[in-house]
Amino acid sequence: MVKQNSTIAYVRSEILEQQPAPRGQVGASKWVRENLFSGWFNTILTLVSLYLVFTLLQALVPWAFGGVWTADSLQECRAILNERYGNTHHACWAVINERWNQIVYGTFFPSTEYWRTHVAFVLLILAILPVLFDALPRKMMWITMAYPFVMVWLIWGGSLWGPISVAVGFGIAYFTASVAARYLGSGLTALVSAVAAFVWWMILGPIVVSALNDTMPLLALREIQSRELGGFVISVIIGVSGIALSLPLGIILALGRQSDLPLVKMICVGFIEFLRGVPLITLLFTASLLLNYFLPPDTEFDLTLRVIVMVTLFSSAYMAEVIRGGLAALPKGQYEAADALGLDYWKAQRLIIMPQALKISIPGIVNTFIGLFKDTTLVFFIGIFDMLAAAQAIRANSAWNGITWELYIFIGLIFWVCCFSMSRYSQWLERKLRTDHR
Amino acid sequence: MTTLTDIPQSQGFRLSQLIYDTRYRSITIQVIVFIAFMLVGWILVRNVTINLANLGKEIDFTFLRNPSNYDIQQTLIEYDSTSSNFRAAMVGLLNTLLVAFLGCILATLVGVTAGVLRLSKNWLVAKVMTVYVETFRNIPVVIWIIATMAVLSEALPQPSAFRGETPTASMWLWDTVAVTNRGTYIPMPVWGAGSVFVIVTFLLSLLALWSFGKWAQRRFEATGQILPTAWIKLAIFIAPTLLVYLALGAPITFDSPALKGFNFQGGIQLSNSMIALWLALSIYTGAFIAEIVRSGILAVSKGQTEAAFALGIRPSRTMNLVILPQALRVIIPPLISQFLNLTKNSSLALAVGYQDLRATLGGTTMNNTGRELECMLLMMLIYLIVSLIISSGMNVYNKSMKLKER
Amino acid sequence: MKKSVFLGALTMAGLAAGAAMAQDSSTLAAVQERGALKCGVNPGTPGFAAPDANGKYIGFDVDLCRAVAAAVLGDAEKVEYTPLTSAVRFTALASGEVDMLARNTTWTFSRDVDLKNTFVGVNYYDGQGFMVPKALGVSSAKELAGATVCIETGTTTELNLADYFRVNNMDYEPVPVESFTEAQTQFLAGACDVYTTDASALAASRASFETPEAYVVLPEIISKEPLGPLVRHGDDNWGDIVRWTLNAMVTAEEFGVTSANAPELVKGTENPEINRLLGVEGELGAMLGLDNAWAYNVITQVGNYGESFEKNIGENTPVGLARGLNALWTEGGLIYSPPFR
Repeated sequence: MVKQNSTIAYVRSEILEQQPAPRGQVGASKWVRENLFSGWFNTILTLVSLYLVFTLLQALVPWAFGGVWTADSLQECRAILNERYGNTHHACWAVINERWNQIVYGTFFPSTEYWRTHVAFVLLILAILPVLFDALPRKMMWITMAYPFVMVWLIWGGSLWGPISVAVGFGIAYFTASVAARYLGSGLTALVSAVAAFVWWMILGPIVVSALNDTMPLLALREIQSRELGGFVISVIIGVSGIALSLPLGIILALGRQSDLPLVKMICVGFIEFLRGVPLITLLFTASLLLNYFLPPDTEFDLTLRVIVMVTLFSSAYMAEVIRGGLAALPKGQYEAADALGLDYWKAQRLIIMPQALKISIPGIVNTFIGLFKDTTLVFFIGIFDMLAAAQAIRANSAWNGITWELYIFIGLIFWVCCFSMSRYSQWLERKLRTDHR
Repeated sequence: MTTLTDIPQSQGFRLSQLIYDTRYRSITIQVIVFIAFMLVGWILVRNVTINLANLGKEIDFTFLRNPSNYDIQQTLIEYDSTSSNFRAAMVGLLNTLLVAFLGCILATLVGVTAGVLRLSKNWLVAKVMTVYVETFRNIPVVIWIIATMAVLSEALPQPSAFRGETPTASMWLWDTVAVTNRGTYIPMPVWGAGSVFVIVTFLLSLLALWSFGKWAQRRFEATGQILPTAWIKLAIFIAPTLLVYLALGAPITFDSPALKGFNFQGGIQLSNSMIALWLALSIYTGAFIAEIVRSGILAVSKGQTEAAFALGIRPSRTMNLVILPQALRVIIPPLISQFLNLTKNSSLALAVGYQDLRATLGGTTMNNTGRELECMLLMMLIYLIVSLIISSGMNVYNKSMKLKER
Repeated sequence: MKKSVFLGALTMAGLAAGAAMAQDSSTLAAVQERGALKCGVNPGTPGFAAPDANGKYIGFDVDLCRAVAAAVLGDAEKVEYTPLTSAVRFTALASGEVDMLARNTTWTFSRDVDLKNTFVGVNYYDGQGFMVPKALGVSSAKELAGATVCIETGTTTELNLADYFRVNNMDYEPVPVESFTEAQTQFLAGACDVYTTDASALAASRASFETPEAYVVLPEIISKEPLGPLVRHGDDNWGDIVRWTLNAMVTAEEFGVTSANAPELVKGTENPEINRLLGVEGELGAMLGLDNAWAYNVITQVGNYGESFEKNIGENTPVGLARGLNALWTEGGLIYSPPFR
């Protein structure tokens, strides 16, 4: 290129060096201006939120981080605070430290048996992991399948024969089903295997178990009554059993509601609408007050178990609605394709409909789980000794009379961690399973 | 079903057809289900009968007519301890509905604000709202209720703090509102002679407001002129009522609370238990509503906004005319189910001792009469009816808003 | 998906294994077969029933449970305590969730007759009182017009309160609370001027305050509250056992039999009633369907009425209650047992 000789005064002859963008258009200041102060309304909003955040942090941070962690009573804690700061505007986390056992295990759980809950908790994580992440070796599923039995044995104690016998019942059901499937249709197979398992559980199993227990008790642990359970442990027990049980029940109810059989549909609709129409607390009161009216005379039915049943039923109704949404969102072509392939109802559901419907409903399902876990706090009102009851008992005790925030913040934090991680997991799973819009 | 080429010859009815023939199978299944259902029902009814007989009780609702013998803190209808148990239950039901109604309004306000602000371009505000939503959604509502109650009863001043030469607490808004740890006292309107005219005028001006809006809309559609309606509307809203009020010599006065004896007297008392329940339920449910609003707005595809802008519609009108009508279709159904949840969660009043339906019919009445079965059944039935009314409202809305596909 | 269904079913069956189903004909047989007494107690009233630091229930009402366990099973420790709120107590008893209630329950006509309970005696004569902060300057319940009153719901106190204010033509504002603890918290926070419940519980509650001297219990007692143990209607033999266990504790105090001297006295005494009580003479235990040493077990393991009173709620305890109405009839009180004959 030939350099042109510029004769016109106002035409620049050479190309300017590239300049950095003006100060206000780059880096932090640009970001701040565009994101925080872009107009009078936004500026006001920013200032108001800054003020709120600042006030909150100013009040909370010194309070929380300047707290006392070791003291035997509120008086002692306040004395320490007075000595250290000259005032008592700081947290007494000592109550968590001192009453840790009561909050986590409940008041009545024998302290020599705490290790059992620890083992059960570690196993719980091991059992859940393969369900959550399919990258893990599938062999770990065996832990998952064995877990319910081991958990019952670890928590409630007694000999291992009882849970094993229940597991054997499932084995029998599976075996019968695989044999019967060669000769019978799927409906009849299910019926036959159910009958076989039932016969084992109700008639043969108990006989065998009592005989085995008399002759050679296997790893018998000290028995723990349900009412000795409490604290975080009982919340996890109720929450996990409710979650594990409400999904299958919810699927059945959702299918029932979509059924072509008017009677089945009617019963399912009635059931779902009833459970969704009344507050959980009335159902829990029913469990604790009325259930005995509906059971045969002189039946004893463990309160914890009653609560698990009620919580499960309650959330299965919500689950059914969530899954129904998933089923409804599925294009009709999927059903027709399943019919065209000649699959029967159950096969079509299992292989084509459910995997897709459940995938669509994952956010709803996890939200229901989160709701269920949060609802376990309601058991406090019917006299189960969960964390809220522990908090109340601690507040009633003369040593800690007058403490409020530390306890409820701690309990809230535990729930927050559990529920927040569940919702994060569901978002992750949703992203992972998203097969469209690539 | 298309025609089959080889229709099986009718060979008479075999028993196995009941299972294998799709024509009969559904009937077989239903008959089995019906029998099982009836059997379970019969067993339950039989158990109840036997158990009641063993206890020497029978199902009897006459207790509803007997005097209740207890007092209720907040009564919307006339009630004292000689009123019947039925009336106590009604007082409780009204308390439930009151807190649910107030809660739905506040929760919607909080939720819509938080949901919209979460989408704000303002980074700080969006983050603050995210923190709010994630904090409140993931902690049980019972804890929020108990915590709110603890704040109210421990952080607010006692009535005695307002007393004496140098009171440590003072009333708000020119000595008309007292906020204490027992409740908030607000002025109560006293309807003097002629106040009915003021109210009638006010209602008429509302009617005028509505018809003016209609007229302006029609005019806009006919001529395309947009009238400056806001100022006219404001004038219609305020002016006539104010004129009549002044002309009649201020017939409506306000009775402010004043400290007498142990407590503030006069005015309307909003008990702390109600305020705690109301605030906690609203802010908790608000977090869910925020998420619903956010996803509702996000569900309207971006193309709609762009199309509106391309047509030259101003941003505020784009929101009103294009985005909101479409977002509402997504927002309203889950919103109503949140209202339903809030109503049901109001039964957690027992954490703070607010006397709702559960506390009267399912609480004190049940304890005093020992009629668990009757009280619980009645209570569930009432909750069920309330829920069904709310959800049928939702169904009506869904039907009317259904996309008209042609 | 199939796996989660399977997992769910597994858990269900696992839990079903944890459930116990039992059939029983009479309460006594059921208790003996179970080897433990199921006793319904208050979730936490200091002195009457409250878990200590180790989660073990102690208190005056709890001692009654222990006494019945000692009488029936020979071991006072074989008790399973079920903490019951006032709302669920009668249902828990009626449904067989507990064998007996020793939960400061007032004996009233309708509870006895209409609710089909059987009250077997009175272990504490109480009455409803009021507690106020001293700063309020109130010296009589008659001055409480317009006050805010904290009250536990579902109790007779709620009904007495309504009656009292109605009769005295005063108005008041009830602040209903669900539990004793909550009532205390609200009262201490000043959310109510007055806290009303049974006078014994007021004393217990005041004792647990940081500054008890800042609160006064007003002199008026506005109701009769005979508190006692109760059992299900219709099992008379079981009712007799609980009734006579209580009577044995009272009789033991009357005749000076204590946990300390009972092992000595059981060798035989001049007093035939002591002999019958301790099972040296006669077949009183057998008549109840129990071991003849039933009352001996009660006295040695739990103590007599006076011992239990002094240990849990007496003047040397934080609760600090005087015997008052609950002194023996020989000392001007109301505690009286029919003869062991």
